[in-house]
Amino acid sequence: MNSTGIVGFGAYVPPYRIKTEEIARVWGEEPQRIVKGLGVQEKSVPGLDEDAASLAVEAARNALSVARLDGSRVQAVYVGSESHPYAVKPTATMVAEAIGATPEVMAADLEFACKAGTAGLQIGMGLVASNMAEYVLAIGSDTSQGRPGDALEYTAAAGAAAFLVGRQKEQIVAKLEQTCSFTTDTPDFWRRQHAEFPSHGGRFTGEPAYFRHVMGATQALFEKTGMKASDFDYFVFHQPNGKFPLEAAKKMEIDVEKVKPGLLTPIIGNTYSAASPLGLCAVLDIAKPGQNICLTSFGSGAGSDAFWLQTTDLLPKARVRATHNLAWYVGRKQYLDYAMYAKYRRKLKSL
Amino acid sequence: MTENIAITWRRIPERYRLAGSQCTSCKTKFFPPRKLCPDCRRKGKIESCGFSGKGKIYSFSEVHSAPAGLELEIPYVLAIVQLEEGPKLTAQVADCHGCDVQVGAPVEAVFRKIRSDDPEGLLHYGYKFRLVK
Repeated sequence: MNSTGIVGFGAYVPPYRIKTEEIARVWGEEPQRIVKGLGVQEKSVPGLDEDAASLAVEAARNALSVARLDGSRVQAVYVGSESHPYAVKPTATMVAEAIGATPEVMAADLEFACKAGTAGLQIGMGLVASNMAEYVLAIGSDTSQGRPGDALEYTAAAGAAAFLVGRQKEQIVAKLEQTCSFTTDTPDFWRRQHAEFPSHGGRFTGEPAYFRHVMGATQALFEKTGMKASDFDYFVFHQPNGKFPLEAAKKMEIDVEKVKPGLLTPIIGNTYSAASPLGLCAVLDIAKPGQNICLTSFGSGAGSDAFWLQTTDLLPKARVRATHNLAWYVGRKQYLDYAMYAKYRRKLKSL
Repeated sequence: MTENIAITWRRIPERYRLAGSQCTSCKTKFFPPRKLCPDCRRKGKIESCGFSGKGKIYSFSEVHSAPAGLELEIPYVLAIVQLEEGPKLTAQVADCHGCDVQVGAPVEAVFRKIRSDDPEGLLHYGYKFRLVK
């Protein structure tokens, strides 16, 4: 495969938070049991004027500043989300227009539950490696919803991560060495047309869904590349809660300390299409040159995309160019009580 | 209130990415974009230009009685922002309350949803500003 790499990356997390214990209080659950059970202390909540499109734009702009690239140079934009603002009308056109990439630009929305963002990254690798595009923007962005009182409500959060894929050696901050996927038709989580909230298979979302696919893709990547767990400095797994990624690591005999730097769900919740991409942003914000990163996403339905990335000497100087980095977004917080949260997420029928 | 689709579409560049214009003769920048420089008139040539999105609060007000479509957002802050390139424009200040804002406070442009034509209409996006702390 011709060499491709990430030339820019950007994150966005909304400023609002709700604590797990506040949601538990409303539904009469034991707060500490839920916090401990899910490994999630609080989650991000989008503002009334935010949606997957606005989140995606801010992440994209950060990625462009890291790459010092004008938006007009971007030749393809892919936005992966399960909460696109419209059922019919692309989010990608809004993002492309907002960064000034239009009109000569390929664009499409992607949907694959929580892994639509990494699907965009694979498409970007393909287009860049085949010389069909010079720069491709791949974004995972979500303002996910959980049914009031459902277990998902404790974790369904909002965020976005954007990656600019390119091929110029003098711009690559992390080489995209290899990728592979593990996909089956597994009905663990879905949302029907016109349904406001998703449905899921409860415990079925674990073994046959998350673990099988995450581990399947990661093992396939090891086989394809000849790499083994000890060759990687960081692992970023999809993170529907704070516990699954650590359990997956243990099952694969991976040191959990290599997983923790990219584990954000305990403090911002599950940002769906942005979850593992934001984990990658967190790692790229601290990694040293020459380090190996394994990124494995998971999308219900179900599938996982695994990537081997290797950071370059350019990373430390590039990452400080972000207008705001992930730590800045994670650090600013305005807490909401459940009543305000219900208003912000329009959970009241009259809104 | 529903805005004409053609008007919305025409304004997308300025609303999404602060696309403005400048006079090549006196270098004055305009937002929203002008097609003629009011000073240089026919001697000036107009070309399109962008803005950094950085600016300062020139004046502001906290809105408690919102126009149709913005009722859920009250109280929200509406400000006149002076961009560092010169032009002043009116916009909402996102993620804050009136007590957080001061005249002269630095701000940066953000892309947000401005309004939706309920219940099945168009979503309108554009610039707001955020306090830089």
